[in-house]
Amino acid sequence: MIAHAVPLSSWLCVAPVLLGLVGACLLLALRTLPRVSAAVCFSFLVAMFIANAALLARVVSDGPVSITMGNWLPPFGIAFTADATGAGFALMAAFVSWAAVVALIGSAPRTATANGLYSLILLLVAGVSGAFLTGDIFNLYVWFEVMLIASFGLMVLGGRPLHLDAAVKYGAINIVATTLLLVGVGLLYGLLGTLNFADIVNKAPGANPALLAAVGALLCFALATKAAAFPLNAWLPASYHTPPAPVAALMAGLLTKVAAYALLRVLLMVLPAARADLALPITIVAVATALIGPLSAIGETGLRRALGFLLIGGIGVALLSLSDPLASAVAGSVAYLLVSILTYAALYLIAGLVEAVTGEGDSRHMGGLYSQHTGLSILFFVTMLSAAGIPPLAGFWPKLLLLQGFLGAGNLTLALVVIANALLSLIAVGRLWSRIFWRPVDAPSAGITKAGGTFGGFAGAALLSASVVVVGILPAPLVGLAQLAAHDLLDPSRYIAATALVP
Amino acid sequence: MEMTLSIVTGFVLAGAIYLILSRALVRVLLGVLLLGNGTNLLIFTAGRLSHAVPPIIAPGKALPESGYANPLPQALILTAIVIGFAMFAYLAVLAFRAYESMDADDTDHMRLAEPEGVPNPPLEY
Repeated sequence: MIAHAVPLSSWLCVAPVLLGLVGACLLLALRTLPRVSAAVCFSFLVAMFIANAALLARVVSDGPVSITMGNWLPPFGIAFTADATGAGFALMAAFVSWAAVVALIGSAPRTATANGLYSLILLLVAGVSGAFLTGDIFNLYVWFEVMLIASFGLMVLGGRPLHLDAAVKYGAINIVATTLLLVGVGLLYGLLGTLNFADIVNKAPGANPALLAAVGALLCFALATKAAAFPLNAWLPASYHTPPAPVAALMAGLLTKVAAYALLRVLLMVLPAARADLALPITIVAVATALIGPLSAIGETGLRRALGFLLIGGIGVALLSLSDPLASAVAGSVAYLLVSILTYAALYLIAGLVEAVTGEGDSRHMGGLYSQHTGLSILFFVTMLSAAGIPPLAGFWPKLLLLQGFLGAGNLTLALVVIANALLSLIAVGRLWSRIFWRPVDAPSAGITKAGGTFGGFAGAALLSASVVVVGILPAPLVGLAQLAAHDLLDPSRYIAATALVP
Repeated sequence: MEMTLSIVTGFVLAGAIYLILSRALVRVLLGVLLLGNGTNLLIFTAGRLSHAVPPIIAPGKALPESGYANPLPQALILTAIVIGFAMFAYLAVLAFRAYESMDADDTDHMRLAEPEGVPNPPLEY
């Protein structure tokens, strides 16, 4: 038992999650008032952003922060431990959700609001923040379920058969994956008798390495399914193109990234021995994902479906560092995931605007947007180049870090995979660009409306695209944060010290 | 006893996976239900079984008697049961609505989000 009260400043660790949950409950009560709902949701997200920013500032200056619930000693009570990785991701998640809510202004259907749209959004962001900030693997599973149930709700809010069809596929695979994650957590508990990340790091070396590798493989399988890594990626392009664009942007920006974050956390920091045993299959999966994602995007004409395949390719790139975890490569992965939260949320918002303007979802029926909608064209162009990793945009720097890491270690294969992914992604987005924007206007393009797309949608997309440019021009904070995060992931001594456990 | 329960867990999970691989949505649902129950059994077994003292601290003491049963798996299973129940309820309603609106229980006929017979992507720019 802890004799003294937890200092008030440590509550900062749970503040983002608490704000999200309180806000979600409040919004449930306010759901019949659309304008008030939007304003309350917006203010709660701003508060979460501020809490996350304060937490990140503290983590960067003082090292990881931990809080244990319910008057228990650290390995027994549920711990929330924020390090630079978790706090950085949580901050980015709050920012992107904020932009997505801005994009909903003026386009949120009344029925969806009455059915709890804003409440579910805050619940989703609370679940995402919880997954980023928790220091306990069972608690990680719980936050995955919170995210999942919120995203289920968001997916079917439209209520049309199309939404139900997508939700069936999304729901079935994600429930199975989360349950397998729970199986892995249960077996890990049976093996080590603890669930606290820091305590697992301490106790794992004493366990049977073969059993540990088996448990690691199960956790890896479950999380890779949720991250949409290659053999298990088919659910993502089957579902992410159906919900309204701001909701899809939120899901595309956050959900797979949480799973990728959990893979980094579990395999790099918590079970490094299991990662070393699984290096070969992980490498094959990461390389295949990084190449097959953009290749599929080249062959896909549905705009948002093509973006889904590009997103999958990005996950593959982020997982590459798991096969050769050097400090620079891991920093590259963390930075890549942070930037891809921004980039893909922006791309999905812009895709929603393109669909609103053209009234079409398939790029083969679009055309000539460049002459009609200059602003939208610029947004898409900038963001798509960032997704492909062209300097000086945000997407370039993480790939540079990854290349530095792999070339520094003499791992030419992985370096070539990063470059091949960038090239294939560029071809894929180039094809979309030339068909949707640049192609001369065909006869049926009379469908293009000047009025399509709301101001809110445009503002949200512009906010995210502008951040992509700003981060690209001033990459020092991002790179510094990623390097700090990688340092703490690879050497968890500060993380363990924060939980008051003896390493 | 732990060995017996482990083997039972294995069979339950194998049955669950068999059902989940089916094309019929109702069977997938039953598989998900079985998977959740198998997982709960697995956590229960992983926490070690014993005929021990209940993990209750007597009044005026700071620690329970030695040799008490492990309370944590029960807490974990309780959490998992609640979550699994909510998820299953959602999926059951979703499957029913999907059946109503698409008139299909066979996932092969649920192709609204990914239509079949789409022409090949254009080869030129």
